[in-house]
Amino acid sequence: MKELLRLYLTFAKIGLFTIGGGYAMLPIIQREIVQDRGWATNEEIIDYFAIGQCTPGLIAVNTSTFIGQKRAGIPGGIIATLGFITPSLIIISIVAALLRNFAEEPVILHAFAGIRVCVMVLIITACMRMWKSSVIDVPTFVIFAAVFLLAAFTSITPVIPILAAGVLGVVIRKIFGRGERK
Amino acid sequence: MTTYFLLFYHFFKTGLFSIGGGLATLPFLYNISDVTGWYTYDELANMLAVSESTPGAIGINMATYVGYTVGGVPGTLLATLSEVAPGIVVILIIARFLDRFRGSRIVDSAFYGLRPASVGLIASIGITVGRIVLLNAGWTAADGLAALLNYKSLILAVLVLAGTIRFKNLNPIVFIAISAAAGILFSF
Repeated sequence: MKELLRLYLTFAKIGLFTIGGGYAMLPIIQREIVQDRGWATNEEIIDYFAIGQCTPGLIAVNTSTFIGQKRAGIPGGIIATLGFITPSLIIISIVAALLRNFAEEPVILHAFAGIRVCVMVLIITACMRMWKSSVIDVPTFVIFAAVFLLAAFTSITPVIPILAAGVLGVVIRKIFGRGERK
Repeated sequence: MTTYFLLFYHFFKTGLFSIGGGLATLPFLYNISDVTGWYTYDELANMLAVSESTPGAIGINMATYVGYTVGGVPGTLLATLSEVAPGIVVILIIARFLDRFRGSRIVDSAFYGLRPASVGLIASIGITVGRIVLLNAGWTAADGLAALLNYKSLILAVLVLAGTIRFKNLNPIVFIAISAAAGILFSF
């Protein structure tokens, strides 16, 4: 019970400070889940993001469910996700009710222009941190570069490159026996 | 009552078939507008602006906003819970499966390929945000190269980057708060 409460509160905090897409939650997750609480490793978080990108539902929700499930089974998965969406439910309801033109307030616009800059930098530093455990040899670098270019410069759905990368991983290892973990 | 059932139906469908980030739900939200007339495209654009700039994932915020517009507070709960339900069920099943097969050679090999792909996707989001943040909107070649970059944003980005490297253990929330203050002070 105490564990579930801790999960709920931790994910409510993550939801509160995730501004922008689900990707913006990554630096916060690394801080709260990996560094501060040790509930998952950096590698596991990348795995969850990879799976979240090619399964139904939002990445943020999928990642919350995964970590919650790992900590406390099925109730954990559900509670963590409910924690994550709680701040949205409260804040958006208030905003929708009170401030129809909230998005046009100059102070708010300026603040969020600043926050967007920060979010970009945080995404870059999160990538640098994940780089070490995922781009470990030539084939993984090629996969990284190919997916990066496809996603950055075409409007292809991420499902296809992600699935292809999983298959490639199996094939490359079968042929070259590369990247075995010692 | 039918309205609530329709809310459940549309958002459950959105959660089940939108794969990837919250923006993947947008085509479904446009479709809901077409089918039900609950809101206009213009209203949807405003909802997106608010959802992007308030705490929480965009997909969740959009569902909550539409839910509120259609059915007040019960609507927010119904729309959002319906949208997250399929994802929770699918992931709980996969998590079970993953626990059992983790350490197996084939799953391990698949992740060997999946991890760099995942990092590549996230890096591309960095580029997408970077284009919005660092380049001036509405720039044309006639303005000259010097006018292309948004210097205020560039300086803040460099400072935040230096900060995150120098103070590795500082919570990212601190940088978000500082950046918000900088945005207001220097009217970004």
